[in-house]
Formats: sequence, structure tokens, C-alpha cells
Amino acid sequence: MPPKSKKTTVHKNSLVKTPTGIDGLDEITGGGLPAGRPSLICGEAGSGKTLFSIEFIVRGATQFGEPGVIMAFEEKADELEMNVASLGFDLKKLQKENKIRVDHVHIDRTEIEETGEYDLDGLFIRLGYAIDSIGAKRVVLDTIENLFAGLNNLGILRAEIRRLFTWLKDKGVTAVITGEKGEGKLTRQGLEEYVSDCVILLDHRVANKISTRLMRIVKYRGSLHGTNEYPFLIDEEGISVLPVTSLQLNGVVSTQKVSSGIPALDNMLGGKGFFRGSSILVSGTAGTGKTSIAAFFANASCNRKERCIYFAFEEPPLQIIRNMQSIGVDLNLHVESGLLQIHSARPTLNGLEMHLVAIHKKIKHFKPRTVILDPITNLVTVGSISEVKSFLIRLIDFLQGQNITVMFTALTLNSAVNEQTDEGVSSLVDAWLLVRDIESNGERNRGMYIMKSRGMKHSNQVREFIITDKGLDLVDVYLGQDGVLIGSAREAQLLNETTGAVLRTHALSQKDKAIQRKRMVLAAKISSLQEEFESVQDELNKVYIEEDLRKSVIEENRTQLTKLRTSHNLNHGKRK
Amino acid sequence: MVKESKATKAVKDKATKVQEDFWELRLYIAGNTPKSVAALSNLKKYCEEHLANKYKLEIVDLLVKPQLAAGDQILAIPTLVRKVPVPIRKIIGDLSNEEKVLVGLNIRPVKK
Repeated sequence: MPPKSKKTTVHKNSLVKTPTGIDGLDEITGGGLPAGRPSLICGEAGSGKTLFSIEFIVRGATQFGEPGVIMAFEEKADELEMNVASLGFDLKKLQKENKIRVDHVHIDRTEIEETGEYDLDGLFIRLGYAIDSIGAKRVVLDTIENLFAGLNNLGILRAEIRRLFTWLKDKGVTAVITGEKGEGKLTRQGLEEYVSDCVILLDHRVANKISTRLMRIVKYRGSLHGTNEYPFLIDEEGISVLPVTSLQLNGVVSTQKVSSGIPALDNMLGGKGFFRGSSILVSGTAGTGKTSIAAFFANASCNRKERCIYFAFEEPPLQIIRNMQSIGVDLNLHVESGLLQIHSARPTLNGLEMHLVAIHKKIKHFKPRTVILDPITNLVTVGSISEVKSFLIRLIDFLQGQNITVMFTALTLNSAVNEQTDEGVSSLVDAWLLVRDIESNGERNRGMYIMKSRGMKHSNQVREFIITDKGLDLVDVYLGQDGVLIGSAREAQLLNETTGAVLRTHALSQKDKAIQRKRMVLAAKISSLQEEFESVQDELNKVYIEEDLRKSVIEENRTQLTKLRTSHNLNHGKRK
Repeated sequence: MVKESKATKAVKDKATKVQEDFWELRLYIAGNTPKSVAALSNLKKYCEEHLANKYKLEIVDLLVKPQLAAGDQILAIPTLVRKVPVPIRKIIGDLSNEEKVLVGLNIRPVKK
């Protein structure tokens, strides 16, 4: 085999691979198709075999600088050109530039008679000539089984096809051979016997009137590959395969928080909102404002100058914009500035897998930081609950891998059981808000609580959720001796309380005044008593002083008298 | 490697189906493989026998001129193409079965 210089991740001694350029396929196959070997693409009519093979050639010629030859056994060159022109492949131009070569092989049984021994050297020579004329590295044979319709001698045909594949290998070209799916076999003529290196099966399934295209790598000798059925999409950009289940739980984790757009809700979530890259489920019964919450979240994201995609499965974009204007959110502003994209599609437009592929493509293209799906419950119309669940798992995995915050809304039926099993995704999401109708006193009110919020402190309280012209708000419910009150009952209770408070303050001030007065009266009384006391005291003091005076006078008099007496006695004694 | 042998003299032919009395044949081969050689010798024999002097035979070797293969939608080797009379007919193989070749070319065999 000639040396190959293909751009692939080459380990020592490992298989060299040729990238197909088909979105997602190279991820599943770990680099592409086996280089220098034939690969078989089989599937039913309309499963996309021809498109697959032509995209392989065109991408090779345009993206990888590998010219290619298309040998068409079914369609004429100009038909082929027309068919793929809708995908933006200009075969004519590429042919002029000598990047590809299209050769239509026409076999008409009515024209051909077989006598004796022959071989298919003519085909080999044509192919060889086409390959050599442009130095082709890639070859497509679409569909070689048509030979079986044109020629009778199966023995020769089989031997020659085997020889053809060996010859292709010797040429060192990477070949794609398409084959129609047969009964109980991969291809009608058992081509898989000859092509043993890589076999890819395309399938087109219709369930519940909704079609899904699937791709499976049946075998890939000498290489690890994804073994699941991968959904793929054919749109104006060709084929996109979604390597959904090859995702692993190893995405980046952010501790950054993003606001929900409702300050009161942020407060319930520990003050700052949700974690970036987390998944948030908003579930609730009909008319509880799930879309409004989602729109606020989108609005908050755009206000942070972060891009946001809004996938709506119920309403067209203009309707969402109009409705949200009524609660004070102008999404149109963000749509015009290019920060917000709203995509509306009925779930029944595609199968679930197709939706997933389409969502992937849009996200990869737009690179948003926030994604909103509103509502996921509508998807059940196109798939069973378990399918929806696997759809969401894969979507969440994909988004978390990219650190994109996602918000789902889900409609719940008005029963307690369903609250726990919203499409079974409640265990997958990081945060779960529940909005519900609370019916009492002849009115319905909305209550919101946080069922869970991983990795952050969050309020366990039920809040009343209010939608006004100015936006959304959360109000503490009234917890009184009469139980939890909400809505007008809460308002009435609040009014009652205000009245009571006013009355109370009034009564208090009255009492205060009385006390004041009493105090003054008492103070007056106290002062008069004081006066009285002082006068009595004065009276008493007067008596005391008089007594003292009298006492001292008497004492003095007595002393005087004593003195006098003593002097008289002395004189009398001298006489004697 | 193109050989031509022309026949100008028209031999009386009472074939009812044949409108024209001249055959333009082209034989595609790829090198001197046994099959090609056999086909060529078989064809020459039949032509001389049944179409003496009213046929033109062109031999195309695709190893020399591979670009000619696509024009006549050649797959198998050897292939004999009847260009004239129309419609175009192709006979593939080493032409070993005389009857089949004659039927395929719509030639009424000359009674011996």
C-alpha cells in the first residue's frame, strides 16, 4: 500500500483514519473512516446513503484537500448535481477545478447480451482513469449493487467485486461503497462479505408518524468506535451526527452564580441565584407563570450581555415577546441586539432525536451562555417518557459540558404524585422550582417553593408568587394563628394588622397622656406635702430651739446661783 | 490500435428485420488477455462468415485509451458494441457462443 499522509490522531501502529468532515461522525469513529480501505454504507432507500457518500467526497475535496471520484450507478451526473445543490454542494464547480470527478455508469439489461467469459476490467479502467486524472484519494461507488441488476453471471460479478475492493486497497484510496439494505442482511447482495473494515448502517425509522434518522457503526475493524445508534439530521448544511451517548460526566464546574432575574428568588437561593452551568427545572400547573419565569431568566442573561437561546415548543417568538411585554420585559430589545434567539417549533415537527440534533447545531452555532426550553413536557407528544428522559439527560450533559446554564419548564398535572416525576428529570436537574396553584377562599393564587437546589443554601419557605405589570415578585406568605394565608386573604390580614396597629398606637398615646397627667398631679401633691412637711418641721424645730434656749438659760442661772452660794460660805468660815 | 476492415460490396440478404445492410462494430478490449484474443478471433470469424464486406470493425484497447471507456458505458471486458444499425447493442464476454452473438447483433446467419 502506498504511504498515507492523513490528518488524524495517529498512535503508533494504529489504524490511519481519513476524516469525513461530516459533523459528529469523526467523533464517533475516533477520526473518520479507515484510510486507504473501503467502507460500506448501507441502509434502506431514502436513508441518506448517497448524500452521505457525496458529502464525504465534497468535504474531502474542499476541507481536506483530497480529490475524490464519484462513480454513480444510479443517478446521472447532472441529476446528482441538482440533488446535492440544495445542500450547497457545487459539483460542477468542483469538477471544473479538478477536485472531483463524477462518472455515471449506466447499465441497461436490454442492451446487453452475455456470451462466455468476461471481466469488469472496463470498470476498473474507468475508475483508474478517473482516479489518476485528478489524483483522487477518495472514491465513492453508489450503488455498486446495480451491477447485479444489469449482469447475469453472478459468479463473475462476485469475483470481480472482490477483485475491485482489493484493487481499491492497492490503489490506496479511501472508498465508500453504498449498498441497499437486504432482507436479514446488511445489503441485498451481501457486499459486507467483501468490505470487512468498516460497515456503517443508516436507518430511517418512523414511530408515531415521526421519522428519525439513525446511524450505527456495525463494525470497524481495528478501531474503537461508538456502538450505539446515533441520530443524525440532514439539513441545508448536510449531515450532522450527534455523538450523544459518548458524553461523560466530567464537565467543568463553576462556582459562579447567575441571577434568576427575580431578586426575591435570588434571595431564596442564598442571595445570588443559580450556579452557572447548572440545570434548572421550573415545573407547575397550567398558567402558573413558568414561561414568565423563563423569560425573566432570559432577560437577566441578556442584561448581563450573555447570549441566550430560547426554544419554545408552544408559542411563536412574536407571541412570547408580546406576552412578556405585558409584565414589563422587553425581549424584543435583546432579539434586535442579537443577544437573544427565540426558536419556535412544534414538537411534532421532528422526532426527539432530530430535535436534539437541531438544538445541538443551534447551540454550537450561536454559543449561548443560557438556554431555555419551554416546555419539555410537550415533547412527550413525540416520544415516550423514557425517550424524553434520555433526550434530556443527553441535552443536560451536553450543556453542562459547555458550562451553559439551562432552564426547563415543565407542565405538571394537578396531582401530588406527578410533582415528583416530571418526566423523571427531577433527579437530573440541579435546581427545581415548583410553582403551583393554591386555591382557597374562592380564588387561585400562585405559590412557589424550591424543591431542591444542589450545593447551596436555599429557603424552605413557600412564597407567594406575584405577577404584576412591573414584573415578577415573591412575597412571604402570612403565617398566623389561622394558618398560612395567601392572596387577598393575606392582603386582608395585612390590612387588619395595620388597622390594629393604628388603633393600638392611638390607645397607647391616650394612656401615655393620662399617665403624664397623673404624674403631674402627683408631682403637685408631692410638692405641697413637702411644703407641709417643711412647715411642720419648722414648728418642731422652733420648739426644740426654745427648749434648748430655756435649758441653757436655766443652766446659766443655776451656775450663777451656785457661784454666789460658794462665796458666801467662805466669808462665814473666816469669822470663826 | 485501431483496425479497420471495410466491406463495400453488399451481399444479398433476405433478412426481414434488418433495415440496414451495414454494420458498424466496436470491440473494447484491455490488452492481450486470453479473453480479448478469443473474442477478437471469434468475432472476425463470424463477421467474415455472415457479414462479409458489409461491416466495419473498430478495436479499442482501453489500456491505451482509457478515456474512451465512459463514452460507450463500458464495464465489462471484452465488450462488443453494435453502433449501427441502431439501437445500440452490447455483447459482453469472449463471444464463444456463436448463436448468441448473432442473435445479439441481429444477424441472420448465412446458410451454408
